[in-house]
Amino acid sequence: MRYLPLIWANLMRRKVRTIFTLLSVFIAFMLFAVLGAVDQAFTGGVQLADANRLVVTNKIGLINSMPINYADRIATVPGVSQITWQEWVGAYFQDPHQPITGFGVDENTFLGVHDDMQVPPEQAQAWVKDRQGVLIGEAVAKRYGWKLGDHFPLRSNIWRDKQGNSTWDVTVDGIYHGGPGDQLLMHYKYLDDTRAFRNNQVGMFLLKIASPDKAASVSEQVDQMFTNSDAETKTSTEKAFVQGFAAMLGNIGKIVTGIVTAVLFSMLLVIANTMAQSIRERVSELAVLKALGFSRRGVGLMVLAESLLVTALGGVFGLLLGAGMANGIGSKLPFVQDFHTPPKILAIGILLMAMLGLLAGLLPAAQAMRLQVAAALRRA
Amino acid sequence: MSRPAIKTEAATPLVQLQGIRKDYQRGSETVHVLQALDLDIPRGDFLALMGPSGSGKTTLLNLLGGIDRPSEGRLLVDGTDIANYGESDLARWRARHVGFVFQLYHLLPVLSAERNVELPLLLTGLTASERKRRVQAALSLANIADRAKHKPSELSGGQEQRVGIARAIVGDPLLLLCDEPTGDLDRKSGDEILDLLQALNREQGKTIVMVTHDPHAAARARRILYMNKGKLSTEPER
Repeated sequence: MRYLPLIWANLMRRKVRTIFTLLSVFIAFMLFAVLGAVDQAFTGGVQLADANRLVVTNKIGLINSMPINYADRIATVPGVSQITWQEWVGAYFQDPHQPITGFGVDENTFLGVHDDMQVPPEQAQAWVKDRQGVLIGEAVAKRYGWKLGDHFPLRSNIWRDKQGNSTWDVTVDGIYHGGPGDQLLMHYKYLDDTRAFRNNQVGMFLLKIASPDKAASVSEQVDQMFTNSDAETKTSTEKAFVQGFAAMLGNIGKIVTGIVTAVLFSMLLVIANTMAQSIRERVSELAVLKALGFSRRGVGLMVLAESLLVTALGGVFGLLLGAGMANGIGSKLPFVQDFHTPPKILAIGILLMAMLGLLAGLLPAAQAMRLQVAAALRRA
Repeated sequence: MSRPAIKTEAATPLVQLQGIRKDYQRGSETVHVLQALDLDIPRGDFLALMGPSGSGKTTLLNLLGGIDRPSEGRLLVDGTDIANYGESDLARWRARHVGFVFQLYHLLPVLSAERNVELPLLLTGLTASERKRRVQAALSLANIADRAKHKPSELSGGQEQRVGIARAIVGDPLLLLCDEPTGDLDRKSGDEILDLLQALNREQGKTIVMVTHDPHAAARARRILYMNKGKLSTEPER
């Protein structure tokens, strides 16, 4: 602590240079926090995936459908304990730019397969009985202020009913907890009976299997069952499906890692350059400190401390603002689940800051330590 | 702060140089900068070292201050041979026993006068309040306490050198080593600095070794030695 005024004074020797360096570090770590939130948003779903669930989709792609009668045949495969299905609704309320993750689901089987979604039994029963009823996640309820019994017109940007309308009147029968909290679940039958096209087709089957060991054999048997049919299937674990879905949007993890690595490497060069310039400018001062009795180690540590201080000052504020921005962005993108900077990313950020500060200061510190007092004073 | 003055004739020498040699390697050539020097510097002495440029004055001062090491010989300061000290031992020793006054003052421009003076005390275990007390005392002794909060760029050359002297004496060193302390000052400011050094020697009993080209400055010392081609003599080279 007693050296802090000296370290701070040295840092402030060239204010403009220091401020620019601080700003560079600040922006780099702000970006790091925001990109960490992006990565979290795209991979967070993987953590919610259940190893006991398999997803069956059309082999060609998610947009293509499968006949609903596949369900009966799939249910006969040994190892499948439950089956349900769901259809993408393309739902929104009032503003088409604010989509809701909505599915038409089979009300009788859905909650059995998705046992991570907790619904009070009376609400679940009410929903099963009410053809126009919907279950909504806590996040959706909070976002729109919807309560049990609320009626609202749900619109779809995909489906039209037989009269050409895109509106389905629904009632909130239940609010579920756990699982992905941003979904709206309407009756598949309500959607399918009223929509004008693609009837008796679904986008996805979900299977509950007795144990994760059966995943490979069940998947193989299901896919073999529909080989050479009009709608061949692709069966995978829910985790693999979510990862594959994220991969369709690009390998976000790799992109984020690439950007962050490039930015942090640039930062390393910026800080190292600042420190090297700073040391070159004060060779005689460092020599005087050594003449006064400061040890090689002491002088080296002081240079390292300067480098760490620049990185920590810019980095901590950058991380905090980045995390705050991620929260702000997340609240504006309600259809993106879990858009926030996770604590793990903040911890990694602090670790990177320390590494960056040490690496950037290492060479200048070594130069300061090697400085020969007599020679440096002669040159001054 | 003050150390009682000791009569030079009765005291054991504070510094003893015995067969000190210093060689530098310049390419394939070995330059013999100091050649088998023997010298005693009593406690309370004020010794002026004169001689032409390149004669080895500053090299000798650096050896006395422990910022360079001799190639050969014994260098006893207060009974301790520092010739074979390692770098970190020498740094510790310098912090405790030596004060440097430089021709170009070498104050840290980013620090105020009092922060500059405080620097040697950062290496001690003193508390902040004790450091502050000692800094004030040193600044007062150097007659520059009124400029304590000023940065070096806000001071005249003479004032900067006073701060430099305050920094040199703040740790109450055994030995004060001055390398051309008036070399960058006008005559009036130079005289004031010499008055201060004389007072430190006479009233505080500080042992001072001063390198100078200026006979006027050297005349203020108790004795003058001349250095020529790495050898010491009591007479200047004719």
